[in-house]
Amino acid sequence: MSSPVAVSEAAGTANAPALLEVRGLTTSYGIGRIGRHQVVKALTDVDLAVARGEVLGLVGESGSGKTTFARTLLYLERPTAGTVLIDGDAMPKHPNTHRLREHRRKVQMIFQDPYSSLDPLRTIESTITQPLRAFDIVPRREERQEVEDLLAQVGLTPAKGFLTRYPHELSGGQRQRVGIARALAARPKLLVADEPTSMLDVSIRLTIMNLLLDLQRSRELSLIFITHDLAAARYVSDRIAIMYAGRLVEIGPSAEVLGKPRHPYTMLLREAAPDPTQRGLARIHAEERGEPPDLTALPPGCPFAPRCTFARDECLVELPEWRPAGEGHNVRCVLVDKATP
Amino acid sequence: MSALLEIRDLTVGYGWRFPPAVTAVRNVSLTVNAGEIVGVAGESGCGKSTLAFAATGLLDAPGRVVSGSICYDGTEMSTLSREELRRLHLESVSMVFQASMNVLNPVMRIGAQFRDAMAAHGVSSKQEARRRAEEAFDLVKVPRRFLDAYPHQLSGGMRQRAVIALALVMRPKLLVLDEPTTALDVVVERAILQSLDELRHELGFGVIFITHDLSLLVEIADRIAIMYAGRIIEEAPARELYDHPKHPYTIALMGAFPPLQGERQRLSGIPGQPPDMKDLPPGCSYAPRCPHFMPGTCDVIDPPEVVIDERRRVLCHLFQPHESTRV
Repeated sequence: MSSPVAVSEAAGTANAPALLEVRGLTTSYGIGRIGRHQVVKALTDVDLAVARGEVLGLVGESGSGKTTFARTLLYLERPTAGTVLIDGDAMPKHPNTHRLREHRRKVQMIFQDPYSSLDPLRTIESTITQPLRAFDIVPRREERQEVEDLLAQVGLTPAKGFLTRYPHELSGGQRQRVGIARALAARPKLLVADEPTSMLDVSIRLTIMNLLLDLQRSRELSLIFITHDLAAARYVSDRIAIMYAGRLVEIGPSAEVLGKPRHPYTMLLREAAPDPTQRGLARIHAEERGEPPDLTALPPGCPFAPRCTFARDECLVELPEWRPAGEGHNVRCVLVDKATP
Repeated sequence: MSALLEIRDLTVGYGWRFPPAVTAVRNVSLTVNAGEIVGVAGESGCGKSTLAFAATGLLDAPGRVVSGSICYDGTEMSTLSREELRRLHLESVSMVFQASMNVLNPVMRIGAQFRDAMAAHGVSSKQEARRRAEEAFDLVKVPRRFLDAYPHQLSGGMRQRAVIALALVMRPKLLVLDEPTTALDVVVERAILQSLDELRHELGFGVIFITHDLSLLVEIADRIAIMYAGRIIEEAPARELYDHPKHPYTIALMGAFPPLQGERQRLSGIPGQPPDMKDLPPGCSYAPRCPHFMPGTCDVIDPPEVVIDERRRVLCHLFQPHESTRV
């Protein structure tokens, strides 16, 4: 695996150039009627780089902006500000159909809900043929062979038996495999998997995670694995990024972030995650139990400050810049000393 | 400790014919004592929710108890009339379901819904109802002012707490929780579990806690029963189950949860699929997926229940009844 790329301006130059570079990405939604219009800041100023062949776990609670991030990466949502660079190519402010298609050929998504993300009226073959044709991947006469190859790669064998079937004939795990095959059909460079296992039964989750890892390795893909499950993130990811209220607050190698979390929010998540090695019921601090902030009225400083036990006055004023906390480990928190890495 | 709920040799099926088309729970025995949290874990379709419905007398046709007994506080559940059963609910036995934050009526203030529930159980005074509702909100740590709010004004976690408060409002002795925190974030989940753990010590009610999340259960439960294809295949104190699981399925299920610490290594999950409940294989239902499968035994003979000690039992051919003397 290539070495983890630190989140900084230097991301693209220091090591091998990053496959994905996200700079200052901000996405807002407008809600409410005229006169009562409000802006939901779902994503604020996100900087992130993902190296070729790297697995990045993106972790946060519901409403933290994980899905908005994924959707913005694919331009399913138009960002309010910031840029997304794939292979150094940035999307223009007003992308045209051609540019969008080029972009989406490189970035493909696996959705959370395998029950609603497949067209119920299409056969499996038809579903997977769609991206093949839309992105001109193979000549028409080779389409069937390609679909069969893809199905075999995601473990749906014998592939021939699945071609003419419909989603309702498949189990949840099988559907998610079809979703993965569909994403792979475009021969992307980056896969974005948005909670790909959370709707599946416990016994199937690992097999889907293993499948993603195998495909990522054999095809040298980069993978962004979005989850709320710390243990799952640790299992698949080289690096983990923690998101809170639309902002990244900590990023670093998986072992570092979960082993030595530095941001109080990461610490809270780590404490709250089920861990059977604990003797007795693990407790979290009462002050930290509060709820994530209202995204229409974010506090000016650190979004976590109102819940944070360690909050100081300065936290309420301004969110600190990224501070190094170790090799490739960066934290946006005043608790981490600026000088000492 | 006295047994609060005693389920003996319970078989529950779905279907109008006899025997029913699907047997969802087979020969299950389970005891819950006062102040104790008993966890039930298993994959989806293993019968854990059916067990919860049967245990609370909420099973609706075509589901029905085929055989066995459910004894609540010394009273046989099947002998109760509809009216007696109605009174039993909430007053003695309460249940909280997975998406139960959505059971609240969206166009009624939460306090009014509490009042309705209590009125159905003989609390007719408004002041008394308000007092009890406030107490219940205090227990689950939701500010009292939310009694005057509509459900949509509360977050998912708070709504789930409100429903738990509703379940506790008549101070039942038994609480049946079916995936009560599955839809919630970890921090909220942890806070609810903490409240639950404090409350059962404080109020002394017994809990059946049903979830697919075994790693969570190991933390919260005193005792855990693992279900597979409608049967309890292993039962043990939570710690012992985690430290020394016996049944191959329990071991596999534990291996399906990646750990939060220690070496990062590849895990295999549980190969294969749970059996079709309409067409169960002969012998042990887990045999087709089991790494210790013994041809001629596991696929022919029903596994015996091996009592290892008074708190541990396992349903597997790998353990011989005489082993009980050795352990």
